[in-house]
Formats: sequence, structure tokens, C-alpha cells
Amino acid sequence: MTQCPECAAPVAPDDRFCEACGRNLLVRRTPVGGPDGSVAAQCACGSRDIDAEGFCEQCGRSQPIGRERMEFVLPTVAGVSDIGRRRQRNEDSMAFGCVHTRGVVAVVCDGVASSERAEQASQASVDAATDVLLEALLEGTDPERATLTAVSYANEAAAVLARPEAPDVAPSCTFVSAIVTEDGATVGWVGDSRAYWLADQGNATPSRRLTKDDTWAAQLVADGVLTEAEALTDRRAHILSRWLGADAGPVSPHVITLRPEESGLLLLCSDGLWNYLPEVEDLTAVLPRGVPPLEVARSLTATALAAGGHDNITAVVLQLGGGHDR
Amino acid sequence: MTAEFTVEVFQNEYLPQGARDVDAIVTVSATGGVAHTDSAPAAEVIIVDTSGSMRYPPTKLAAAKQATLAAIDTLRDGVSFAVVSGTDVATMVYPARTGLAVADADTRAGAKRAVQRLEADGGTAMGRWLTLADRLFTGHEDGLRHVILLTDGQNQHETSARLARTVESVSGKFTCDCRGVGTDWQVEELRTIAEALLGTVDIVADPQDLAADFRAMTAAAMGKTVADVALRLWTPEGARVRFLKQAAPSLLDLTDRRVDSGARTGDYPTGAWGTESRDYHLCVRVNAAGVGDRMLAGRISLVAPGGEVLGQGKVLAVWTDDTALSTRINAEVAHYTGQAELAEAIQEGLEARKAGDVETATAKLGRAVALATAGGNTDTAKLLAKVVDVVDPVHGTVKLRAAVADADEMTLDTRSTVTRRVGKG
Repeated sequence: MTQCPECAAPVAPDDRFCEACGRNLLVRRTPVGGPDGSVAAQCACGSRDIDAEGFCEQCGRSQPIGRERMEFVLPTVAGVSDIGRRRQRNEDSMAFGCVHTRGVVAVVCDGVASSERAEQASQASVDAATDVLLEALLEGTDPERATLTAVSYANEAAAVLARPEAPDVAPSCTFVSAIVTEDGATVGWVGDSRAYWLADQGNATPSRRLTKDDTWAAQLVADGVLTEAEALTDRRAHILSRWLGADAGPVSPHVITLRPEESGLLLLCSDGLWNYLPEVEDLTAVLPRGVPPLEVARSLTATALAAGGHDNITAVVLQLGGGHDR
Repeated sequence: MTAEFTVEVFQNEYLPQGARDVDAIVTVSATGGVAHTDSAPAAEVIIVDTSGSMRYPPTKLAAAKQATLAAIDTLRDGVSFAVVSGTDVATMVYPARTGLAVADADTRAGAKRAVQRLEADGGTAMGRWLTLADRLFTGHEDGLRHVILLTDGQNQHETSARLARTVESVSGKFTCDCRGVGTDWQVEELRTIAEALLGTVDIVADPQDLAADFRAMTAAAMGKTVADVALRLWTPEGARVRFLKQAAPSLLDLTDRRVDSGARTGDYPTGAWGTESRDYHLCVRVNAAGVGDRMLAGRISLVAPGGEVLGQGKVLAVWTDDTALSTRINAEVAHYTGQAELAEAIQEGLEARKAGDVETATAKLGRAVALATAGGNTDTAKLLAKVVDVVDPVHGTVKLRAAVADADEMTLDTRSTVTRRVGKG
């Protein structure tokens, strides 16, 4: 970094704060409120003539704008959040950040469609949690404890959006987070947003799904009432048993810590992605290798869109141990 | 600019997979700056048929004169105007020289004296009348230009091809409201002229009613504040405009009036606007996109002669596999589809009746009765009831009447294109 990302004043490599505007140069994160979804520069038809509302002046096709398509890149982490092809709004949110030499954090929340202002709930939750997790990196707090605190702040951020007169539709969302340091990756979750470890080829720590869904179906499978196959086709498969929001009460996340021995990718995603690529084998089969995290996130999102895009799609990809952009 | 335009679009933008036709009703409302109305430059030409037939009955010419006097009285000060008498040639009545006078107390009095002296003699060649009107507007191209054309007969002293050529050549140069007095004129002939010149056509069966009608027409013309407004339509690559019709206050097919104004845009003339609201029915055939895709199927702009965009609306297409969405019927589109079918059923029914094809006439006019009943067209239903005996108005069961007054049949035909606005009385 040779200039301040806030005010563009020149800064020295080991400056901790910008001399001009006082910005903390060690911490970088996605903007609060979500990355600025900008209109694609080029339509699929090849035209670069896009009007202010995102319509192609050549073929008329709508280009995603605002929350419909968000992308953001930081060193070793990148994410894509896409409205998909069937929904009216993108109710997924993502936030991530990094602290120079300390580590990277990321959060994905999926707004519950049956609740009101679900996109506000998910955005408020990812922002609140990311603040807590970045603070923990700066302070050197234990990642598992930090994850518990992040979930409680995220839960509160969603809960305050509720209207007392409409408790049944209180804004709510799922949650999955990651803190990545030299020591490993700590993942926490509530609901059915997932985290996967996708090892680079030949890695001693094999690829696997890190999360277990908080859904009725998953619970019934765990209790031996349904088989895995029955659960997949059951209409209750996606009914959440736990979530964040005013009607969730105090929530504590599931937390696990992974200490991979070699390099790989950590993927945080909403069900709009994993519905099409549920098993880790499905993901590794389509995973582009040897490209930066943003290209991985774009490619996975494109796969879900091509498969139908029935739900909002969010993929945040973190590079662990070497690899690109390090 | 003295007028403000708002554009509203009514449609069901959801299409089933593979569907290509996008229908929308576009409501354009102009609210004129009332304070500026007096300053809008305007020119008015009144053409009175003085062919020999106007002598019989004698009340006809007298009523036409009274109507013209009423129109002259309605012209506001400062408006450029002329009165032309039409026979197999077109003759200046006032001013005497070929040109326009500026309305004030003196010119109005002079014009009225000249009108009183009119006598009826000679033939009918409407093309020549329109050609003179066009010449009179030379130098007045920047303002409102309006013609009132009154006739009682058919265009007998020039060929219909020649009339058609003339109408085409003056189209876009002024608007023209046509009135037929009596029952010896041809509805189709006047309708063609009025449609080409973006005006209205009506029958004045009783000459007594002419003065009020002329006064109303002139007042409406004086109420226009912005001339030569074009409706500019952008459509995406590969799209085809199946039709663009004015749907209210009356039907007017503009599809073939398109003049390309850019790679993806075409302009359709709408004439002059006062404080008023019009509905347009647009149908665009686009290239189908995939489920979940959203497309701008049309962008409609109202454009002033200088190119200034006065208002804009968007027609969308969203493909879905949710049949609950794609099968939803838009009330506005359904209403105006019915109104267009009603006009067609009346015109075809009357034509079949004239040709002696009782079966087709009964079927078409019966369908018209059912559509008029469903669409709430009470005025049209009353006119239909003078031509057919209605047995069941809902299902359109009718019997042709043996004796029908010419005036009733012509009134029904002439007003078949008058539509009822959706959701309004």
C-alpha cells in the first residue's frame, strides 16, 4: 500500500495510521451496508451501452445493479453475492475484512425470505459480526470466543429491526463466519449457510463440509427419523430450526476450528449455491484451480446461475496457506 | 415548455417460458401550464363545404354558416385564421387574399360578414381544400395548426387516389377534425382523412347541432398548448413492433406511421396536446430470453419538436415458470383489447349488413353488443340497439332490424372508434 485507501494520501509501508485522515491502515474491510453493486460494464450481448437503470441499450436485457450483484476483493479473500434468477431481491449479505499480518475474517448471512426486510437483517448482521471479528484479530482474542460474541452482536443487530406489532415476520437470517489466522480457521454458524474446506490437490487435510445445517430435516436425519436421501426431497428440508432475529432469542453458534496442514480454500456460502453443489465432491468437481479467490467465487456463482438460480447466491472464498494474492 | 407529461405503463410483465409478445397500455397525461395558453402561437383554418347539395334542405347551409360564426367567435385574440369555402375548388372566404388574418374584433367581424355572403354551388373535391389549408399554414409551422372540415357529401370531383395522395402529403403538417352533416357523406372517407391528420370524425345528423359542435371543437383546439409531439419508441435489438395504437379517447392505429429516428427508435406522431390524457396500446414481439431474465421491451418517450423529452415510461418483460404470475391478466390490456374488437365487430357487421350478408351481420353486431355490454360502453350499446333488436345483451343474441335510419347506422359507424376508458364512467 503506497496510498491511503480512504483519502489517497501517500503512506509509508509500515505506517499504522494515515497521517492525513487518521484511517487505520492495518484494517481493510467491505463497506458497511454492503459493497457498492455497480452495473456491469458489458452486457452478455457485447454492448457496453448500459442505461442508468441497468438496461442494455442494445438488447434490453437487465444488468444487475445495487444489491442484485455485489463483488468485493481484499488480499486472500473475495466474495460474490448475486440475486439469482428467480427472486425479486437479494436478501443474502456478505462482509469480510483483513488485519495486516494478523488474519482475515468473513461472514455470510442469508435473509429468511418469509420474514420482512430480510436483506436489512442479513446486512446488519454481517456488518456487526465483521466489526467484532476484526476487533478480535486486532486484540488477539480467542477466535472461538470472538465467534460467540460476533453471533450475539449479529443477533442483536437483526433483532432491533423488528416491529413490535409484527413479531411473526421479524427480520431474520442465517449466519456463517470464519476467522483465519496463522493457527487455523475457526468457523461458526447458525442455520443452513455452510462452510467447506476445499484442499488444494494432494493435500493431507482432505476437503470436507465443515458445517451441519440447522434445519428440521437435518435434525431428523441426525435423530435417525429420515435417511439422507429422504431428507433431500422432503418439503421441510429447508425449514430452519435456528436463526438470528428478534424471534430467535439468545443464540449461540456451532463452532469448529480447522488446522489444515497445507494450502486450500475456505468457502462460505448460502444455500442458493450449495443447493446445486451439496456435496464437497460436487464442489471440487467444478472448482477452478490456480485462480484467485474472486475468480473462484465468480465461477461457483455462475454454476449456480446456470443451474437455475432459484435462490440468492453468495460465495465468499478465503485463501489459506500460500496461494494467490498473499 | 408549457406542458408537463406523465407516462404510466400498465402491463403484466411476466411471460411464460418462450413467450415473445409483450402487451402494455401506456397512459400519457399532459397538464398544461394554463397561464401560458394564451401565448401559444396558433393557426386555425375552417373549411365549409359550399357544394350545390348544401342548398337542400336550406337549413343545412344556414346551419353551417351559424356554426362557422360560432367558431370564429371562439377564436381568441392573436390567433391566425382563415375561412375557406370548398367545392370542386377551394376558395378564400376570409381574408380575401391567400393567407391568414390575425383574430381581433375587426377581423372577426369581417370574417363573419364574408361567411354570411356564402352561397352553395358546385362540386366536392376535399383534396383541393386540404391543399389550400396546407398553403395557408406556410410560415406558421412552429405553432399549433388546426383545421375544421365540414362536408355533407362524397368526394365526387377528384379521384379517391388523388385524395389519398393529398392526405398523405399534408399528413403531419396540421391536425384536422372532420364533421359530416346529414347522411349523404361517406363515413370511411372522412374517417380516413381524420385518422391521417390525427383528428376526430363525427356525424352531425341534425344541422341545428352544428354550432355547438364547432364551438366545442374550436375551444378544444385553442386549449392545446404544445404542437407536434411525437411518441418515441425504443425497442431492443431483434424486436418488432406488432402494433402501436391510440386506444383512448378513440382508436387510432399508429403502427404504420413510424418514422425511424435512430438505430433502435422510431417516432409516431400524436399531434397537439392540451390538458388531456390518452391511452396507447403497445404490443412488441421480442426475442425470448431465459426464465429469470428481465428485459426492457420498450421505452416510450414523449418528444417535443426540438427533441426535448417531455416524459418517459418503460415496458418490461420478465420470464418466469410461475404460472400464477404469467397467466395474470392485466385489466387495462384486456379492456382495450375488447374495445378494439368492439370497433372491428361494428364496422364489419355494418359492412356485412350493407352487403346483404345477414348471417355475418347478425354474428358481428351480436358480438359487438356483448362486448359493449361487458366493456361498459353504454353509449355504443344504445347506438347498437337502434340497428339491431337485442334479445340477450350479455351473450350478444340479436336480430337485425328491418328498417334502420341512415343517420343511426352512420352514427354507429362513425362512433365505433370512440372507446371507454378503463375504470372510468
